[in-house]
Amino acid sequence: MAENILDSKVPEGSISDKWENHKFSMNLVNPNNKRKFDIIVVGTGLAGASAAASLGELGYRVKAFTFHDTPRRAHSIAAQGGINGAKNYTNDGDSVHRLFYDTVKGGDFRSREANVHRLAEVSANIIDQATAQGVPFARDYGGLLDNRSFGGAQVSRTFYARGQTGQQLLIGAYSALMRQVSAGSVELHTRSELLDVVTKDGQACGIVVRDLLSGEVTPHSAHAVVLATGGYGNVYFLSTNAMMCNVTAAWRAHRKGAFFANPCYTQIHPTCIPASDDFQSKLTLMSESLRNDGRIWVPNIEGESRRAADIPESERDYYLERKYPAFGNLVPRDVASRNAKTVVDEGRGVGPLANGVYLDFSAAIERDGLDTISAKYGNLFDMYQRITGENPYQTPMRIYPAIHYTMGGLWVDYHLMTTVPGLYSIGESNFSDHGANRLGASALMQGLADGYFVLPYTIGDGLAGRLGEPAVPTSDPVFTQAVASVEADTQRWLSTNGTKSVDYYHRELGRIVWDNIGMERNKEGLEQALSDIPSLREEFLKNVRVPGSADTLNQSLEKAGRVDDFFELAELMARDALTRDESCGGHFREEYQTPEGEAQRDDENFAHVAAWEWNGAGNTQTRHREELTFENVALSQRSYK
Amino acid sequence: MSTGNAEIINVTIKVWRQNGPSDDGHFETYDQAITTDASFLEMLDLLNDSLNEQGSEPIAFESDCREGICGTCGVMINGRAHGPQKATATCQLHMREFKDGDEIVVEPFRAAGFPVIRDLAVDRSPLDRIIEAGGYISVNTGAASDANLTPVPKDAADQAFDAAACIGCGACVAACPNSAAQLFTSAKIGHLALLPQGQAERWSRTEEMVEVMEEFFGSCTNHGECHEACPKEISLDFIAFMNRDYVKAKVKNRALSGQA
Ligand SMILES: Cc1cc2nc3c(=O)[nH]c(=O)nc-3n(C[C@H](O)[C@H](O)[C@H](O)COP(=O)(O)OP(=O)(O)OC[C@H]3O[C@@H](n4cnc5c(N)ncnc54)[C@H](O)[C@@H]3O)c2cc1C
Ligand code: SF4
Ligand code: FES
Repeated sequence: MAENILDSKVPEGSISDKWENHKFSMNLVNPNNKRKFDIIVVGTGLAGASAAASLGELGYRVKAFTFHDTPRRAHSIAAQGGINGAKNYTNDGDSVHRLFYDTVKGGDFRSREANVHRLAEVSANIIDQATAQGVPFARDYGGLLDNRSFGGAQVSRTFYARGQTGQQLLIGAYSALMRQVSAGSVELHTRSELLDVVTKDGQACGIVVRDLLSGEVTPHSAHAVVLATGGYGNVYFLSTNAMMCNVTAAWRAHRKGAFFANPCYTQIHPTCIPASDDFQSKLTLMSESLRNDGRIWVPNIEGESRRAADIPESERDYYLERKYPAFGNLVPRDVASRNAKTVVDEGRGVGPLANGVYLDFSAAIERDGLDTISAKYGNLFDMYQRITGENPYQTPMRIYPAIHYTMGGLWVDYHLMTTVPGLYSIGESNFSDHGANRLGASALMQGLADGYFVLPYTIGDGLAGRLGEPAVPTSDPVFTQAVASVEADTQRWLSTNGTKSVDYYHRELGRIVWDNIGMERNKEGLEQALSDIPSLREEFLKNVRVPGSADTLNQSLEKAGRVDDFFELAELMARDALTRDESCGGHFREEYQTPEGEAQRDDENFAHVAAWEWNGAGNTQTRHREELTFENVALSQRSYK
Repeated sequence: MSTGNAEIINVTIKVWRQNGPSDDGHFETYDQAITTDASFLEMLDLLNDSLNEQGSEPIAFESDCREGICGTCGVMINGRAHGPQKATATCQLHMREFKDGDEIVVEPFRAAGFPVIRDLAVDRSPLDRIIEAGGYISVNTGAASDANLTPVPKDAADQAFDAAACIGCGACVAACPNSAAQLFTSAKIGHLALLPQGQAERWSRTEEMVEVMEEFFGSCTNHGECHEACPKEISLDFIAFMNRDYVKAKVKNRALSGQA
């Protein structure tokens, strides 16, 4: 297989000058000419709303699309913990360089240094922008902004708004967007789902969307198209993502020539509430901060039937404290997750379905008192009780890891442009700045950096040379053909008339992906997945039942196309994981671990991004690579013993 | 080996079915067995799966985060917006709130401003029109000064947060006998008016948002049902705050335009 080397277009110069110099050398579109360019932004989460608002303010003619009924529903709304910003307000030694360093290291040396540095540089501006918009970040008694610390960092640089940071940041970006809608610079299309990306002569020229209420399929043309359509965690069916998150926009772009990078890099969050039954619809995240005071344990023996309280100390296994005496219950996300899986696989899981581990606060309550613990975690304990019906002050919580974030996504260069000229990708939908593992509180930062402070500059560079060039008219055959093919797909789903629901197949697919491309992967399992996924898909295409019609709200129909794309993505994830013969960050191959069970990277052979090129349905994608060089952060191995 | 107290209950679901905006709509009744550990929406998922298998169309209802934060879900359950549990959005309601043999009546949010799309899904886009009218602080990207240049007293920031916690679900409108949107609108006005950053546009914002609200929604006659239904327990004090600001805004805006 011929592997081509991709050009990331990283500018010359020292790491700290690259962005500054590049901003100066980029071509500009003068203010009066901006209104001659149409830009489509798909997705109005943090990344899309901030981009659409900023582009509208600059004077471009923007059309923004979301399948939600309003931009404020985007999955970004659910982020809890916070957003990083290198402000050094706490005077504890933080700096742009330290945030850059932590992010490269946290990403297990699989991200592009120049992008990460730029991210760290603009991080402080995000905090200023959001504050000016009225985002009510937590403050201290002097009225100044408060910070907390977050995993993977030794400084306090995380800004937060109670446990609802994503909500407040999204409301800020949404209000900026609505201001542009009101000003007429952004045309907002809600309940409109992108079903195809349209290209002409290799250049992105527009999209095809379906109105989710009327079913009408319409073409939209523009000089540039920006995808801000979020991550693909729902390929696992059960994840902490919102129910409607999907890969369709990115995937349809992939099918039109955009390379898909590192699909196997997925992140697991160790503290989620385990599934309670077979028809569980999604998993709920419990803040990681709980591990500061909770002790994690399982019974010593398999199939233990006693209640937690009746199991004496001597018959409990505090396995993290036992195996990692230095870090104990505070080992990083992936280590905590894999260990939970090991003990549950051994048959020592707890709860009605034996699918969790205990997170026990009794020692902390005894030590600090009930009031202190309730002041710290009261709202989380209430949420837990609402969902499980159990009182965590009296019985230990049950937790289990779940899929939370996807580092992989559309490959983009330094300009955030995909391999299709004129097609950009921002936020979680691109392969991002997080390498093989994202640090807490860095996704919100990246989405807003891309949308407010990076894309609005870089997109101008691409447009400047095209002044006077009209957008491709929607009467062009490239559009009519794309519309016809979307309509044909819809009819195919409605006429399949099988016996099982789309959800049934999504759940079955999720099981395969979780079992084989989940927390731990091995060659055998990945090969199994590569044979199971296509055969389940074949059955899905023959036997799915999509009731109803095309000209009204039809949620089964919407899901059918999304699940179909998940099938293709899942296959690529398996292939990507199989060809990456090393462990790094969220990608843990059992064959590649240190004697202590740590991820064993192979920098010699795998210090690169794998970017996959579509070769037509039914054919295997081609693997390309972008070489990664580490000139500013020395390669090193983690250890938490 | 069970720690939970889950049990299987049988409930009768009387649910509103409506084929589209112009259909008259009617109730249909279904029986469903369900574990009390399931959420209310998972119960509907299960019912939909069996409808699908029998060849009927599933019940349309909306949800996304299922964590009580996105505001997408929301139905009337036994006549109450978001159902019986206080401070709880529909997606966070669990079947342990119900008993074996219960009949549960499920209807869409009903309000003149929220036309039914299909079954339990309604159109809440007028709430966006209210925000569009002024629910923002005008600051272009890049124009912000250092965040700590403007200290905000902690209690002002906390109160602004209490208002900003609104999830835009529209339960307040659905619960109100007049289909008024005062709680929603006042939450946004309160959020921005309590912060120093929000002062420059305080009076124009209030006037414009209130007037757009009145185009779509009924008038407030102080029933307080909105607060009872609100999953975020937004305080009625914000309505009083908005009303005071609106009166002041009327006077100030007139004075500014030289008419007083
Ligand atoms: C429970 C949870 C907690 C988290 N907490 C944190 C945290 O504390 N800190 C942190 O930094 N990160 C956190 N994250 C991660 C972070 O929230 C996300 O990575 C980030 O918000 C993604 O933003 P986005 O704008 O890229 O995408 P999204 O917010 O997912 O937005 C996607 C948008 O695209 C639209 N869309 C998608 N497909 C289509 C289509 N085909 N047609 C039309 N529109 C489409 C959607 O309607 C939506 O508007 C958390 C994630 C989860 C799941
Ligand atoms: S005020 Fe409460 S009920 Fe009304 S939209 Fe906001 S959260 Fe929902
Ligand atoms: S589904 Fe998001 S609030 Fe209920």
